[in-house]
This record gives sequence, C-alpha cells and structure tokens, in this order.
Amino acid sequence: MEKAKFRIEVYYKSSDPRGQTLRRRLTMLGFGVDALFITDNYLINADISIEDAGRCAAILKQPVTQDFLVNSPYDPGDFDYALEIGFLPGVTDNVAHTVRESLEDLLAVSLDYEKSIYTSFTYFIKGGLTMDDAVLIGRELHNPLIQRIKILSRNSYVHEMGMGMDIPVVSISENPTVSEVEINLPEADLLELGRNGIPDLDGTRRGPLALDLASLQAIRNYYNNIEKRRPTDIELESIAQTWSEHCKHTIFAADMDDDVKGGIYRKYIKEATLRIRRDKGDKDFCLSVFSDNAGGIDFDDDYIIADKVETHNSPSALDPFGGSITGIVGVNRDIIGFGLGSKPVANRYGFCFSDPFHDRPLYRSRDRESRLLPSRRIMEGVIRGVNAGGNQSGIPTPQGFVYFDERYRGKPLVFVGTLGLMPKIVNGRNMVMKKAMPGDNIVVIGGRVGRDGIHGATFSSEALSSGSPASAVQIGDPITQKKLSDAVVKEARDLGLYNSITDNGAGGLSCSVAEMARESGGFEVDLEKIPLKYPGLSPWQIWVSESQERMTLSIPDVNLGKFLSLMNRRGVHGVSIGRFNGSDRGTVRLNGEVIFSLDMKFLHDGLPQKHLKTTYIKRENPEHVFPQPGDMNGIYGEMLERMNLCSYEFISTQYDHEVQGNSVIKPLQGKGRVNGNVSVIRPVAGSMKGVILSQGLYPSYSEIDPYGMAACSIDTAVRNVISAGGTMEKIALLDNFCWCDSNNPERLGQLKEAASACYDYSVAYGTPFISGKDSMFNDFKGYDSGFNEVFISVPPTLLISSLGIMEDISLAVSIDIKFSGDLIYILGLTGSRIGGSEYLAHVSGKAVGIEPLTGNLPEVDAALNAKLYRAYEKGVRMGLISSGISIERGGLGIAAAKSSVAGMLGFSIDLSKAPVKDDVRDDIILFSESQGRLLVTVDPVKQGDFESLMKGNSFGLLGHVSAGGRVEVFGRDGKLIIDTDVRRLSDAYRKTFREF
Amino acid sequence: MARPETLVLAGYGINCEEETAHAFELAGSGTRIVHINDLIADKKMLRNFNIFVFPGGFSYGDDTGSGLALANRIKNNMLDDLAAFIDRDTLMLGICNGFQVMVNIGVVPGLLNAGLFTGNAEAALEHNNTNRYQCRWVDLLVDTKSPSVFTRGIERLHVPVAHGEGNFFAPAGIMKAIDEGSLACMKYAGPAGGPADGEFPYNPNGSMNDIAALSDRSGRIMGMMPHPERGIAFTQRDDWPRLKAEMERRGSAIPVFSDGMEIFRNGVNYFK
Repeated sequence: MEKAKFRIEVYYKSSDPRGQTLRRRLTMLGFGVDALFITDNYLINADISIEDAGRCAAILKQPVTQDFLVNSPYDPGDFDYALEIGFLPGVTDNVAHTVRESLEDLLAVSLDYEKSIYTSFTYFIKGGLTMDDAVLIGRELHNPLIQRIKILSRNSYVHEMGMGMDIPVVSISENPTVSEVEINLPEADLLELGRNGIPDLDGTRRGPLALDLASLQAIRNYYNNIEKRRPTDIELESIAQTWSEHCKHTIFAADMDDDVKGGIYRKYIKEATLRIRRDKGDKDFCLSVFSDNAGGIDFDDDYIIADKVETHNSPSALDPFGGSITGIVGVNRDIIGFGLGSKPVANRYGFCFSDPFHDRPLYRSRDRESRLLPSRRIMEGVIRGVNAGGNQSGIPTPQGFVYFDERYRGKPLVFVGTLGLMPKIVNGRNMVMKKAMPGDNIVVIGGRVGRDGIHGATFSSEALSSGSPASAVQIGDPITQKKLSDAVVKEARDLGLYNSITDNGAGGLSCSVAEMARESGGFEVDLEKIPLKYPGLSPWQIWVSESQERMTLSIPDVNLGKFLSLMNRRGVHGVSIGRFNGSDRGTVRLNGEVIFSLDMKFLHDGLPQKHLKTTYIKRENPEHVFPQPGDMNGIYGEMLERMNLCSYEFISTQYDHEVQGNSVIKPLQGKGRVNGNVSVIRPVAGSMKGVILSQGLYPSYSEIDPYGMAACSIDTAVRNVISAGGTMEKIALLDNFCWCDSNNPERLGQLKEAASACYDYSVAYGTPFISGKDSMFNDFKGYDSGFNEVFISVPPTLLISSLGIMEDISLAVSIDIKFSGDLIYILGLTGSRIGGSEYLAHVSGKAVGIEPLTGNLPEVDAALNAKLYRAYEKGVRMGLISSGISIERGGLGIAAAKSSVAGMLGFSIDLSKAPVKDDVRDDIILFSESQGRLLVTVDPVKQGDFESLMKGNSFGLLGHVSAGGRVEVFGRDGKLIIDTDVRRLSDAYRKTFREF
Repeated sequence: MARPETLVLAGYGINCEEETAHAFELAGSGTRIVHINDLIADKKMLRNFNIFVFPGGFSYGDDTGSGLALANRIKNNMLDDLAAFIDRDTLMLGICNGFQVMVNIGVVPGLLNAGLFTGNAEAALEHNNTNRYQCRWVDLLVDTKSPSVFTRGIERLHVPVAHGEGNFFAPAGIMKAIDEGSLACMKYAGPAGGPADGEFPYNPNGSMNDIAALSDRSGRIMGMMPHPERGIAFTQRDDWPRLKAEMERRGSAIPVFSDGMEIFRNGVNYFK
C-alpha cells in the first residue's frame, strides 16, 4: 500500500455526542462498552510542508470543541481496542472531495483529484472486551464490500505508533487498449461469451454481457454480413448495455403466448394510457408520457409536474447505504433530465425488508465470509441512504412506506421516486421538446469516470471477493449533484443554452449518448476527452462506466463557451467530448483511431423480438376457517403493533419533509403524529394548487391472485389520493413491477395477469399510467446456515404510485378526528374475503410471507367505487368532511385507530351499522381489507347535507367521537367487544420501532 | 429608507435560498440570490445590500462538520468585506446551516475581541444528542429582553427544525456572557409553555439551556436553528387542518400567514 505524507487526527476535547450514541447502541446489541471515543482522520498525500499540514488541520476541526494532531497518534488514555475504518480503493469518498476543495482554497494550490486526500474514522473502545468482541463490533460498524478495517489492541496501537499511514490508492495494471472479439464461435462458446463475458488474455472473463443466444446470433450476422469484420470489445459491451433487460425491458417488450403481440407493456400499459387520453378528450392532462426520463402531466397554465419511480434493489442488498443513496440521487437526475430540465420538488420512498428483529443467516457462497448483512443492518443502511441523499439535496421527502415480508431476506426492494416542476414555456420555447441537433457538441457535466458500477446490476460475489481494486459498488455524491442541478435547472436552462439533456444512468455514456443521438441521427466521440478519476481504465470501461452525478447535454457551438464558463463559475466540471451528427452511425475514436463504429438502427432496433410462453393457472384457494377470537381487545393491540401497520415515525422525522416550504399534508398527521398514507405538497408558492402523492402495494396478495393484487393496488392508490382531497378527473399512476425468477413461465403468467389488471382498472378509473419501470430478477441464490442451497424469490411485487392535482390546498383533508361528538361514517361495502390480509397472517401466527396464505382476495368493483369517490370529492369541496382516511392494510379497525390516535380522541362505534356484502363476522368487519372504503368524521350540524350527498352509495353511521379518550366497539349482537382507550392504542401503535 | 435590499447566499449545497428569498420579498424587501463564487468574484456588491442571509442547507455536505467548510471559504476569501458590511447599519441572519456557518466564523455570539469580527468561533453546534437528523415542529420562547431586531414584539413561535447538528455548546465563560446579555433570543419551549429543560423532543437536539437562536450584542445579527421561512403560510403549519376546523366552527377568519413571517417583517421594518 502507498503511504500518506501527513496524517491528521481530529478529536473532541471534551465529550463527543456521536461516541455516546454509538456506545448506547452497542450496549443495546449486547456489547459491554464502557466508553467510546471517535477520531476523524485525514490522510494527505500531497507535496506540502509540515507548516501547511498544520494549517490544513486547523481548518478541519470545530474551533471550540475539537483539537487535532499531525503525524502523532491520538490516545484517549484508557481504551482496550482501536478500530480504524476507511474506504477500499476506488470507493467514492465524498468527505475527501470536500477536504480537497477546502485545502485548495486555503493553500491556493491544485491537488490531485482522486489521490491527494483519504479519510477514515478510528473508534477507541473500552470495556471488558476480547479481540473476538472487537472483531464482532467491527462487523457491526463496517461493510467489507466497500470498507477496510484495522483492529489494534491498546498495546499494539501504542507499540506501532498508531494506525499508520496506509492509503487506498487505486492502481490498475491492466493494459488499456481495445481488442477485437471473435464471435464466429460454436454455440456453446457463444453462450459462454454471453453469460460470463469477453475473455481477457489470461483467460479470465470480464463479467456478464447478459446476451442470450438469439441476440448473439443477431450480432454475429450483423458483423459478418454488414460490417464484414470482428466487433471490438467496446462495441460488444456497448451493444450489451443497450440491449440489456435493464435498458430495453426485453421481457415487457416480448410477445407472450398467442394473445400478446408487441409485449405486455405496449398492450396493457401504453394502450391503457392511449385509450384514457382519447376518452378524456380535451380533459386529457398527459403532456409527456413514456418518451422521456419521467412522465409529465399538466399542473396549471404555467407548469408541468413530472414524476418517476425507480428501484435500486441489487446494489442495496450488498451496500444498503450506498445502494439507496445512489438510487435516490439517481432518480433525482431523471427529473433534472426531464424535458429541458425540471426542479425536483419531492421525493418518494418505499422499502420492502425482512424482519429486522430476527436475523436468518444466509451466505452468497459456501464460505462463512460471504454472509449477507443482517436484516437490521440492511434496513438501517437503506433508510440512512435516502436520508443522506434526500436531505443533502434539499428535496423534501414526504411520502413513503415500509413493508415487511420474510421473502425479502435475500434481496430487499428499494423504491425511490422524485417529482419535478418545470415551466411549460421559457422564452417562447416549449420545455418538453428536446432535440439534439446535428453539429451540437456532446457535453458531459458532473463527476469523473472511474470503474464504478461497471456491469452494474450483475456483479457477482466472486468479483467482489477477489480484491478487485475499484469496487463495483457506487456511492452517490449529493453535493456534486446539487451543484450540477442548480447550475442546470436554475440557470442554464432559462438561458436557452442547450438543445437536449439526459441523465447518465445505467450503461453510462454508451446509453446516454446513443439515446440522444436518436434525436439527431448519429454521433462521434473522442474518448480521450472524458475526464477520469484515475489512469488505467480500458476504453470500454470508460464508455460503459456508471460513475454517478453526470449528465449529457447537446450544445450548439454558439453557446458552448458561455455554457462551460457558467459551469466553471458554479464549480461544476464540464467538457465537450464530441458531436452529434446526422450520419446514422455512432463513432468513437481514441486518439484519432476509430474503435467503435456502429449503425444506429442496428444498435437501437437490432435486438431480436422475443417470444415468451406463460403457464400460470389461478389456484382455487380454500377459505381459512378459524373461530372468532375471544379477546378482541388483545387482538386490537397486537394488530397495531404489527410491523406493517405500526408507526414508522423514526423514518419520517429523519427525512426532511419541510425543505422548500412546500409541505401541506405531512407524513405525520395530527397531535398524535400518525403516519398517513398520503401527502400533499404545494410546489408553486404563489398558487393554491397542490399535488397529492400516494401509492398502493399488496405483495401478500400476489401468490393468491396476481390480477386481484394489481386491482387492489390501483384501487388503493386512487382512493388514497381521493381521501386527501383529490379528484377523479386528475389522477395519474406509475407502475413498478419488481418480479422474480422471470425465466419461469409461471412467474411470467403471474406478470401477465397483473399487467392485464393494470389495463382494466386504470381504464375503468380513467387514471392513466405516465411512467414505469421494471426489475425482473429479484431472487437470491445461495446457502443457509447449514450451507444447504436456498433460492429465495421476493413475492411478485407491484408498486402503484399515484399523484393527483388538487385545485385548492386549503381544502386538503387530514386523517385526525378533530372534535368530540363528530359523527363517524364508513363509506363503501365490507366483504368477508380476507385472503392475504394482515389479520389472517396475525391469527395464523405467522409473519407475512412465511408460506402462501389461504383465502381469496377482496374483489374490486371499479364502477361502484368511482361513484363513491366522486361523491366524497364533492363532500370535500362542500366542506362536509372533518377528517377522512382511506381504509387499506389492516382494515376498518386500523383506520379507526389511526384517526383516533392522530386526533388523540376516542370513539364509539357499532359494527352492525357497517354495510356488508354478505354475512360478515365482527372480527372480519374490523380487519377485512375490502377495497373501496373510507372512514370519515362529520360535524353533526352537517349530518343532513352529508347523508343526502351520499345517497345512492353504501354508507353507514357507525358512531361518534367520544368526549374523552375511551374507545368502544360494539359487535353486531350489541355486545361490547372492544373496550380500551386512545392512550393504549397509541402505545401499541408506537411500540414496535420505539428503539429505532 | 423604505425598501431594504437583501442578499441571499447560494451554492455548494445551500438549499433554502429560494424560500428564504420568497419570505423576504413577501415582507417587503428587494432580494437577490447570489452564488458564493459570484460574491467572492465581486465582493464590492455587498455595498448594495442592507440584509445578508446565510440560508439553510448542507453546504459542502456538512463534511468535516456542519457549516465548517463554508465558514473556511468565507474566512479565506472575504472576512474583511463581511466585517465592513457588519460595520454599516446592516442586518445579518443565518438559518440552520447558515447559523452553523455564522457560529464557525464567530459572528455570533461575537463576544470576544471587544466585539471586533475576527473570524474566531466562540461556540459550537454539535451533533444532535439523538445522533439523528430531526425534522419536526417546535415551540420557541422569545427572550423579550434580548437585543435582537428580528424577534421584536414576538413572544412565541411555532416553526419547524430540520437538522442533524443543532446541539448548541459554549464554554462556561461564553455561556455566562450570553445569559447576561440576553443573547439567547429564542429557546425551545416545553408543552407547558416554559423552557423545554433539555427534554426531547421539545428540545430536539440537546442544546445547552435550550438555546435555539443567538443574537450578537448589537441585535443586528442573529443565527437560528429553526426555519422561519418554512412557517410563513398558515397551510405550512403541522396543525393547520385542526386549527382551520376549529376556526370554522367558531366562525373566525382563517389566517393567511403564520408565525415565521414575523422574523422577516422585523428584518424589513428595521429599515423603515
């Protein structure tokens, strides 16, 4: 390892709040830690004097509470073990970048971009600990995939004069040249090329191209017949990226069976939107759908609202923090690159985890070291990643959910979304229209290129444990992106300096440049102009690298100087790397030599059409028969404690939802601070219009009936928007399919079922899909604690996100009941089907997802529901609704408890007054997840107006808000079956995650 | 002078400049959002302004400590210019990350060196004692004896905080001077109306003496952790749906503005 010239250690002169908190946490985890001290270490690898190193150190400490040492190890005195944690070579170190900028400013020098500064922490721990304990604590504190750790006993630390000067410099010894690839190969060798990648000289392969035989044959035919030569490695890697499932959505685009021509995406999603837009006529509010980085709808006369939801699952399984922060800042970039540039105004999140309280050890290979991070660590890391990404970017994060099921143990799902705001017209220019023009410069702005995320989604455990110098894991850098975002969206856009813009995401430049070149025709790039983090990258790596925080723009010569000068003044790196042209070919040169020359039509459309067969047959499920529990009081409290129903306030309060000042209905509602299922924002301060955000998701329903699962998800997503004050006239949907094992015809059959429900219900409600994304292989293949092979698939998961536009945010409805004596109504019909419900999981004594549940799903009658929703909508406009909550997971009982706890007022209700479809038991009325229902409170003086408004719909006057905190539920036979109070409900609701 | 001009700083991760400028505009000020690089390149522009604002955000990602890197940037490049600005009859306001910057350049509490602005910090805003970012609404109790221009005529405020490092610390000597000068112009309040007495969540970060905001002795300079600019409209409040319903049933008018607006009005009215 290389050595630093100076090592600065910054320590607290008195007490360090971070150390105390960490000590408490370690104690909670069972380690006997008596004291804990932390130093922030900065290793400087630059030719500066010792005096200057001292000046540098002085600005790295808080002047009052901290002090520093240069090249002299800190010793807190009494400690047993010291643990130093820093990054592995090539892992993004955001703090180091800030320090470099600060030192350059202080010393008025220019330092090497990547290898002048490295950071680490040292933890000094005291307690009756053994070295084994120290190793276990080290495991808790670091992630071996991205970080290095060094553990020294006190004796060694003193003897060795501290932690030393080692720095993780990236050194790549490969030969950075372009090679040709033989593709006239026997079938087996061709398959091997697709599966494991291009062979290097030493015979090792570079990692999967993920091309199937038909694709490889199409490539071979193209080279043999058209180009009459062998492909270069950069061409082949580029084609593989462009044709990947991730970029081309090959499964959604494939023909299916005999009835789906052109793919389920076209037939069920796109076609639904087309039909809805036709039906709506001049009330169509879609402005840009399925063609750009996000979907855009009409907000008002002046603005467009864009929305996009992404997933970042595989990276989050390995590095939960890095995966989720990269996900959130990545989807922000989709919005920044929507149209000619949109300003992110709100983030969404959704996390699917396994039980954090019980870890089930799993291994990636037959090796103890390959153990997956514990469920709790994955959860904490993912939550923290969105915290850092969202908060540092200054984008509010109001809307989200967390959902638990044991089938997410192998792979968590991490949904991240962003809404953007863009003016429709700036200086006479339509902001939705983007077109790279022939002759425009190809300009890349933002971070530099390293090996980050090469073969992003497909990295394997072998690749990660082989000591590969530059890790495949990426860590987002929100501040680099914030500078870029401000410079583009707040300045360059409105100066009209560019013709097109897009994000660099999957596939890096290979995809962004090729995608934009569709607008002009072709492109030519000089690869040596691309700024690198460190030398030694192969040309193909530079071209496909997914290094973060970069965007690509198309800029005419006349504006280039002005644009680059603006970027320079904003601390954003920008460089022209080539030109768009009208040639129908893409060309990449390296120092003048052509290393890539492809027909654009082949690159984009040469992928052979797939034809997939599906075999799914809906199972007939027996109903689960069980007696009504005797102690409903106890059951009520236990239901509120369930992970999928209880408070997750600890997430809401650590995500800044007030920045930009646009929050209206917040993630925590009422005095009792209850997580609502819907948020409202006011994105334009001068307008009373608002945007309502929500979602629907029922993974526990999928194995019972994927069609019904999708129907329930859509109904919930729509109903939630309505509950807060939305209108059926203006609700749009986004789809995120996170499927599993998608080579399996039965899984594909479930997919087809779910997609066809998306068509039926979006059309029935008139709520168009405007954007979507799929992730088809959320499976884990590995070993359990006995090293038996296991294959864990996530339940087929469909997230339907919804957004609605409301005219007047001062009419927004909150969930908290507000006045004693107000009347409580249930709207909609309750039925007895409880398959997949939280209640059934609870009475079966099982965590959700341990085994497929019995029973059938609630049916969704869209026409009936839409009628009710329109009546509710009118009630909101007339000011008749004092509080309103959409009844979803956990049913009426949970909705009532949430409204009650939010208002800190009790209630008294009579279940015999709830309109039912069939003969429904008391416990089922309380916890059935029948769709199409809302629970509202109404001022008694408005009873007449409300009931006449609701005429023609199913509704029942259940009871009233109590004068004190008492909570009473009477069964159908008039007996009191629940007798408790709001304080106890509140305690149960908050109990589960109290320590988080 | 009737209409003051306000400079709102931006760049490098500052992220509350737009809503802060909006609040000053509503209060009647002319405003301009200025990137720190543009300001350093043309420091003379400070002469055109009456109010200087360090808005909230995550300048330099809070790397090495909140507000520290931006404070270093200011110290390296424009300490004298800022001192000259303060010497005029001007106002300076820092919110959240802006307060952290102001503490690190020593402009609040500004007690040592006979009140001369030397760039040396006298206090610190440490990690919250929960060691977690806290976004929540708080009640603030104003010290009516404080010299602060910004809190004139205000007794209480309901506004949000959103920060990971707002835990105020000062050495005993400084703390004594803060108390004697009534410089802790706003403190976190508990449910009964008195000071929060360190109790979470009323005091959201563990600040000494529940300190939420700090004035210099002249009263023209104030830094505060809470975000008044996020609480200027009635519908920004966390409790507005209930308040609105109560007002409707009482038959009283629904207000347009909320507590945070007073801070900005006081700033602008200083020049009237």
